[in-house]
Amino acid sequence: MLHLLWLIPALPLTGFVLLTLLNRRLSRTAAAVIGAGSVGLAAVVAILVAAAFIVSPPEGHHFHQVLWTWFDTGGLRPQVAFYLDAMTVIFILVITVVGFLIHLYSTEFMEHDEGFTRFFMYMNLFVASMLVLVLADNLLLLYLGWEGVGMCSYFLIAFWQKDTQNVYCGRKAFIITRIGDTAMIVGLFLLFTHYHTLEIQPLMHAVAATPAGAAVVVAAAWLLLGGAVGKSAQLPLQTWLPDAMAGPTPVSALIHAATMVTAGVYLIARTNALYTAAPDVRLAVAIIGTVTLLYAGFSALTQKDIKRSLAYSTVSQIGYMFLALGVAGWDAGIFHFMTHAFFKALLFLGAGVIIEALADEHDIFKMGGLRRELPVVFWTFTIGAASLAALPLVTAGYYSKDLIISTSLGSVDGSAWLWAGAVAGALLTGIYSFRLVFVVFFGEQHTPVTRRPRWRMQAPLVILAVLSVIGGFVWLPDWMGGWKPLEHFLSTALPATAGGGWAFGLGEATIVEIVSLSGIGIAYLLWIRRRDATAVFAARPAPDALERYWRAGWGFDALYQYVFAVPVKWFAHVARNDLVEPVVKGIASLNVLAWRGLSASQNGLLRLYIAVAGAGLAIIIAVVVLK
Amino acid sequence: MILLWYILIPAVAAPLAWLLGRRQPLAARWIAVAGTAAPLMLLVAQWVTKAGPLTNVLVWHTGGAAGLSPATLVQSTWLVHLKVPWIAPLGIDFFLAEDGLTVIMLALTFALGLLAVLASWRGIGERVGFFHFMILWTTAALAGVFLSLDLFLFYFFFEMMLIPMYFIIALWGHERRVYAAVKFFIFTQVSGLLMLIAILALYFIHGRASGTYTFDFPALLGTKMSSGTAFLLMLGFFAAFAVKLPAFPFHSWLPDAHTEAPTAGSVILAGVLIKIGAYGMIRFMIPLFPQAAYQFRTAALVLGVIGIIYGAIMAYAQTDMKRLVAYTSVSHMGFVLIGIFAWNTLALQGVVLQLVCHALSTGALFILVGGLQDRIHTRDMGRMGGLWTIAPRMGGTAMFFALASLGLPGLGNFVAEFLILVGTWQVAKWAAVLGAVGLVFAAVYALWMMQRAFQGEETHGWKIGDLVPRETVMFAAMIAALVAIGFYPQPLIATARQTVTAVQQLTAGSSLTAGPATAARGAPAPSGAIAQADAAGGAAAAGGAGSSGQPDAAESGRGAAP
Repeated sequence: MLHLLWLIPALPLTGFVLLTLLNRRLSRTAAAVIGAGSVGLAAVVAILVAAAFIVSPPEGHHFHQVLWTWFDTGGLRPQVAFYLDAMTVIFILVITVVGFLIHLYSTEFMEHDEGFTRFFMYMNLFVASMLVLVLADNLLLLYLGWEGVGMCSYFLIAFWQKDTQNVYCGRKAFIITRIGDTAMIVGLFLLFTHYHTLEIQPLMHAVAATPAGAAVVVAAAWLLLGGAVGKSAQLPLQTWLPDAMAGPTPVSALIHAATMVTAGVYLIARTNALYTAAPDVRLAVAIIGTVTLLYAGFSALTQKDIKRSLAYSTVSQIGYMFLALGVAGWDAGIFHFMTHAFFKALLFLGAGVIIEALADEHDIFKMGGLRRELPVVFWTFTIGAASLAALPLVTAGYYSKDLIISTSLGSVDGSAWLWAGAVAGALLTGIYSFRLVFVVFFGEQHTPVTRRPRWRMQAPLVILAVLSVIGGFVWLPDWMGGWKPLEHFLSTALPATAGGGWAFGLGEATIVEIVSLSGIGIAYLLWIRRRDATAVFAARPAPDALERYWRAGWGFDALYQYVFAVPVKWFAHVARNDLVEPVVKGIASLNVLAWRGLSASQNGLLRLYIAVAGAGLAIIIAVVVLK
Repeated sequence: MILLWYILIPAVAAPLAWLLGRRQPLAARWIAVAGTAAPLMLLVAQWVTKAGPLTNVLVWHTGGAAGLSPATLVQSTWLVHLKVPWIAPLGIDFFLAEDGLTVIMLALTFALGLLAVLASWRGIGERVGFFHFMILWTTAALAGVFLSLDLFLFYFFFEMMLIPMYFIIALWGHERRVYAAVKFFIFTQVSGLLMLIAILALYFIHGRASGTYTFDFPALLGTKMSSGTAFLLMLGFFAAFAVKLPAFPFHSWLPDAHTEAPTAGSVILAGVLIKIGAYGMIRFMIPLFPQAAYQFRTAALVLGVIGIIYGAIMAYAQTDMKRLVAYTSVSHMGFVLIGIFAWNTLALQGVVLQLVCHALSTGALFILVGGLQDRIHTRDMGRMGGLWTIAPRMGGTAMFFALASLGLPGLGNFVAEFLILVGTWQVAKWAAVLGAVGLVFAAVYALWMMQRAFQGEETHGWKIGDLVPRETVMFAAMIAALVAIGFYPQPLIATARQTVTAVQQLTAGSSLTAGPATAARGAPAPSGAIAQADAAGGAAAAGGAGSSGQPDAAESGRGAAP
C-alpha cells in the first residue's frame, strides 16, 4: 500500500489540471465531482497508506519514495521524492480528510457562484501544494509546496476579484508571507553551502552532529523561523491572516485548518534537530508563541466580524503550537495541530452557514438568537467553541491544549512565565470563543434567516463535531488511564520531550481546568447575564479606545504601512521616470549644445571668420613669443 | 556546414520575404515562419542526434602548468566547427563553432524569432514584406553572433543585428519610436565601439608577443599582459555587454526601446538580443580576462544587486504596462550579472536557465501586452482593470506569466534564480541576500500589474475578444516549456554542462575560481589528456576512444556516446 503514496498529492493535482484544461466545458456537477472527488480519493488513499503504515510499519518507521531527480548540478541534487513517517501520516490524514469535508461543503456553498470551476481549481491546487510540502524529502521541494500554498492563498483570498479590496488582501497575504519565505530561502543557501545537501534526514543528522549553539545552526534556525512565522501568521508577520477573511468562507476553513498556516509548525517540527542544536532560537520560538497567543487572544475578543474573530483565534492557537515547539514538546504541538484542524474547520464552516443564512452578514452583533433557527449549526458550533475553549474532559481541544500548557512548565526548557502566559491565554480563549456562541446564538434575533443548509453543508459539520470531541482521546493523561497511542506513534518520528506530558498530575490540570471554565463563565456573565452593563462599559472612552486598538490588531498594519510601504511607494513615485534618465538626457543635451554652438559659428559671415582666424593667430603668436 | 545553414536559411529567406511580400503579404509571413522554423527543426534534430556527446561529462586533467592548452580545452567542447580563412592577411577567419551553450542560444534565437513572426500576424499590416525581411535579418545576425569564435566575425555580426533592429523600432514602433530607436542605436553603437577598441588592442598585444596576428578566440586565450591593461580591456568588453544586458546604470535605453518597439521587436529584444550581453561575458570576456574580472567582481555584484532591486521598484512605479514588463527585464538581468560574476557551476547553470526562462516568460508577457494593445489600443494600466471578466483566458495566461516572472517554484524561473543565488552565496553572501530580497519586490510588481490590468471591476466598457487559437497555441507552448523546465531542467543543465565546466577550467589559474564550488569537478591530475565520463557520472573512459560519426570533433579527443 505504501507505494501508493505518490497518488496522494497527484490526485488533487490531477483534479487541478483537469479543471484548468476543461474549465468552461464542464458543467457544475462535473466540476464538483472532479474537485471534491479528487480530494476524496486522495483521502481514501491517505487512509489506506496510513493504515498500512500503522499495521505493518516499514523498516525504520519511515518510507521513502523517489519519483525522479529534479536536477543535478554543482553538487546540488534535490529529488522529487516523498518521505513518510509518523508525523507526516498525521498531516496527510488531516489535510486530505478535513480538506475533503471542506470541498464537499463547498460544492453546496459555492453552487451559485459564477467562478465555481475556478474555485475548485485553486482549492485542489492548494491541497496538492500542502501535501507536497509535508511529504517533501528535501527542503527545496518543501519550499515548492511552501510557495505553492502561498500562491493558492493569494488566488483564493482574492477569489472575488472584482472587488479590488479582496485583491489587496490576497496580495498582502502573498507578499507578507514571501518576506518570511525570503528569510527561509536564505536559510536554504546557508544549509546547503555548509552541509552540501538539502535532503532533510541526512541534513538533520549532520545538524545533530554539529556542536550546539554553532553559528551556522543558530543562523539557519533563525532564518527558517522567519519563514515559519510568515506562513503561520505569528508575530511579527501575522498581519495578513485577519485580512485573509476576504475570501469565500470555505477558503478560510482550508487555510486555517488543513493547509497553509500550520506549515510553519510542520517546518519547525520537521527540522527539530536544528532547534535542538540552537536552544536560544528555540526559546525565541516559545516566546513568540506565548506573546502571539496573548496578543491574538485580546484581538479575537474585540472583533465584530465573526470570521475575523475566528482568524485571530487561529493566530492564538498556532501560538500555542509554537509554544509547544519552543519547549521541545514536538509531539504536543502536532497533537494540537490535529485537534485544532477539526474544531477550527468546524467553526469556520459553521460561520459560513450563518453568514449565508443571514444574507452575507458578518457582524456578530447583528446576528443573535440563532439557536432555534439553525439547530445543527448551533450544536456543532458550540461543540467547536467548547473544543477551542478546552472545555475539560469532553473535548479534544482540552487534551491537546492542556498537554501544551503542562509541557510549558514541565519541560526542561519550560518556565513559570511561559506557563502563566499559556494559562492566561486559556482564560482569554474561553471568553472569546463563548462570546461568539452567546452573542450569535442567544439573545434577540436581529436578522432573518433566508437560506438553510442542506446535507452537503451539514454533514461536514456533524463529522467535524464528532472529531472535535473524540479526536482528543488518543492521548490521555496518566490520571485518566494514560492511554497514549498517539504519543507512541509519534515517538517513532519525533524525539521525546524531557519533562513533557502531564508531568504534574491532577493538581496543575485542575488549575487549568478552572481557568478554562472561568473563561466560559465570564463570557456567560458578560454576554448573557449582564449584556447591557457590558455594552455600557464598552462604550466608555477608555475601554472603547482600547477595544478599537485591539480590534485593529494593535496597530501593526499602520506601523508596517509607514515603515515599509510608504517609503517604497515614495521612492517609486519620485524615481518613476528613472533616476538615470536625467544623466543620459544631460549627456545628450551637452552634445546638442555643442552642436548648436558650432553650427552658430558657421554663419557665412566672412568678417567673423577673418576675425576669429585673426584672433587665433594672435593667440598663437602671443604664446610663441611669450614663451 | 550545418553551422552555415543556421545563418544562411534566415539570411536567404529575408530577401525572399521582402520580394514576395510586396505582392502578397501572407507569403512574407509564411516565408518568415519557414525561415525560422526550418533552422529550429534542424537544430532540434542535431540536438537529439548529438545528445550523447553533448551531454557527456568531460573530465579535464589539466596537469598543472604543463597541462592542456586553452585552445585544446575549448575545442574539446565543440560539437561541430567550421573554419575557413576570410581576410587572411589580417588573421581574420570565418570561424564558427557550436557547443552546448551555442545550441541553447540558437534554440532561443529561432524559437523566439518564430514567436515574433506569429505574434505579428495581425499587429503588423504595413510594409509586411520589409518587416519580415528585417526580422529574418536579425535572426540570421543573431545566429552569427552565437556561432562566431573569431572576435572580428563576432563584432561583425554584433553590428549586423543592430541595423534591422533599429529599423524595426523606428518604422513599426509606437508613439516615440524614433527617439527610442536612436537611443537604442547610440547606446549599443558607442559601447560596441569600446569593445572594438578592446578587441583591436588584444589583437595587437597578442600579435606583438607571439608574432601571429589573429582574431581567433581560442588562440587569444591566455595572452600575457599587465594586469592594468587586462583590466582596461575587460572594461571595454564589459561596456558592450553591460549595455546589452542591460546592467544598471546602462539600462535606460531598454525601457524606451522595449516599450516603443512593435511586439515582435520587444520579443526579440527581450528574448534574445539582451542575452548577448550574458553570452558575451561567459564566452569571451571572463575567459579572456579572468583575473581582471575577479578584480571587478565586487563592483559587478553591486551593479547586479542594484539592478535587481531598482529594476523591480521601477517596474512597480510604471503605469505603462509594456514599460513595466521592460523594467522587469532589468531586474531579471541583475540576477544574470551576479550569477556570471559568481562564476561557479551552480551560478553559471542558473544563468543559462535564467536566459531561457526569462526569454519565455518575458517574451510571453510582451506578446500578451501586444495582443492587449491591438485590442484596446492603449498600454496605460489606468485605462484597464477587470479585463479578466471579459477575457478570462487572457487573464489566466497573464497570471501564469506574472507568477513565472516573480519566480514561483515549479516554473523554470525559480530553478534558475535559486541556482544563481545559491551559487552567489558561496562567493558573496550579501549579494545573495539582497538578490533574494529582490524576489519580494518581484511579487509586489507582478501582482500589482495583475490587479491593475486584469482584476477589479471592468468600468471602461471594453469589448474585446479572448485569446484566438494562434495565441492560445503560442502561450500553451511557452507555458508547457516553463513548467517542464521547472520540474525537470536536467536536459538543459546537461546541455550546458560542458561549456560551463570548460569556461571555469579556462579561468582555473585565476582567483575567480578559487572557491569550494569548483573543486567538485576537473581536479588537476597528472595526465594531460581529456577523458570523459557518461552523464550518470560513471567512470571516466579513455580519451579519444573512438570517433565514429563525428569527424568534426574527432581531433578533440571526444569519443562516441558510451
